[in-house]
Amino acid sequence: MAIFSVYILNRAGGLIYHYDHFTPKSEIEKTFSYPLDITLREDDKLVVIFGERDGIKVGHALLAVNGEPVTGKRLPDGREAMEVIKNQENYPISLKFGRLKLTTNERIMLASMFHPLYAISAKLSPEQRSSGIEVLEADSFKLHCFQTHTGLKFIVLTDPKQLGMDIFLKKIYELYSDFALKNPFYSLDMPIRCELFDTNLQKALDQSERSNLYSSNPSLA
Amino acid sequence: MTIYNLYVFDRNGTCLYYESWNRRKESNMSKDEEFKLMYGMLYSIKSFVARMSPSESKDGFLNYRTSKYKLHFYETPTGLKFIMNTDLSVGTTRDVLFNIYSKIYVEYVVKNPLCRLDEPIQSELFASKLDTYIRSLNIFN
Repeated sequence: MAIFSVYILNRAGGLIYHYDHFTPKSEIEKTFSYPLDITLREDDKLVVIFGERDGIKVGHALLAVNGEPVTGKRLPDGREAMEVIKNQENYPISLKFGRLKLTTNERIMLASMFHPLYAISAKLSPEQRSSGIEVLEADSFKLHCFQTHTGLKFIVLTDPKQLGMDIFLKKIYELYSDFALKNPFYSLDMPIRCELFDTNLQKALDQSERSNLYSSNPSLA
Repeated sequence: MTIYNLYVFDRNGTCLYYESWNRRKESNMSKDEEFKLMYGMLYSIKSFVARMSPSESKDGFLNYRTSKYKLHFYETPTGLKFIMNTDLSVGTTRDVLFNIYSKIYVEYVVKNPLCRLDEPIQSELFASKLDTYIRSLNIFN
């Protein structure tokens, strides 16, 4: 039971706010002997493409070699990480793999990607007067989206079992109206940088998680 | 409860089969364009979900719902995609879509040497078996 993150999109699909509440840990460090039984693909970073083992999954990126962080494809001393991995003399070697965190640019891209998906899902509806995607379910998370009459979209990513999100989305809308819109320094459709909004949103998130815990587990109530 | 329509796509995005039962609104475009739009949307949703997911996912995208309908998605490891639109009261339909794949598609298309696998399905036997199966479901009426 968890709320992962909150996104707010403006009318044009631009990301104006995002907040990460909870990110599941997925970093695995292991010592390997030569030859490496994991296939890595080289583009701008090193990503596992074959050979899942011990919790290392396809899609994980190489984060560190012998404790030294990998930035892009290079180690702090400028060596190519791939060269180090290919060289038998460097073994045994300790590699750390994990999911890469989304960068701000990627988030903006994903947000503007959701915008047309919402529109197409309404267009492809087999029933009259359908809205766009309200809830999207995947096996690892659930996305809840609420579009206001003014076209603003509030998106919350949660655990698949999380309940009561429609109320929570309306609550964020209320917070947005109270703390972002009433802020005289806030211009419409621009990123929200407002401390009051941040603190109140965090409070609402904690509250929502707690109330959910109680409703799903009567012994705690 | 009702089932609106069903799409079957192969891994290249060709629409192998389309059938509608209780569809109340036709999109104002040709079927061909609609298939492309549908496939494009699913392709984007798949990559969107893969990037958005906070942890590793196995099956990835499962379904979405709007205010009026629910779209169910099932993809086989070979890239075949089954998409079914139903109304909102329908729960999970993974088993239904899997049955369409294993009991109808495999039996009457893959095992039919005259059916080309990369072209829209012409087989009448497939169509009638599918129709019978869908109509026999208790989520249909």
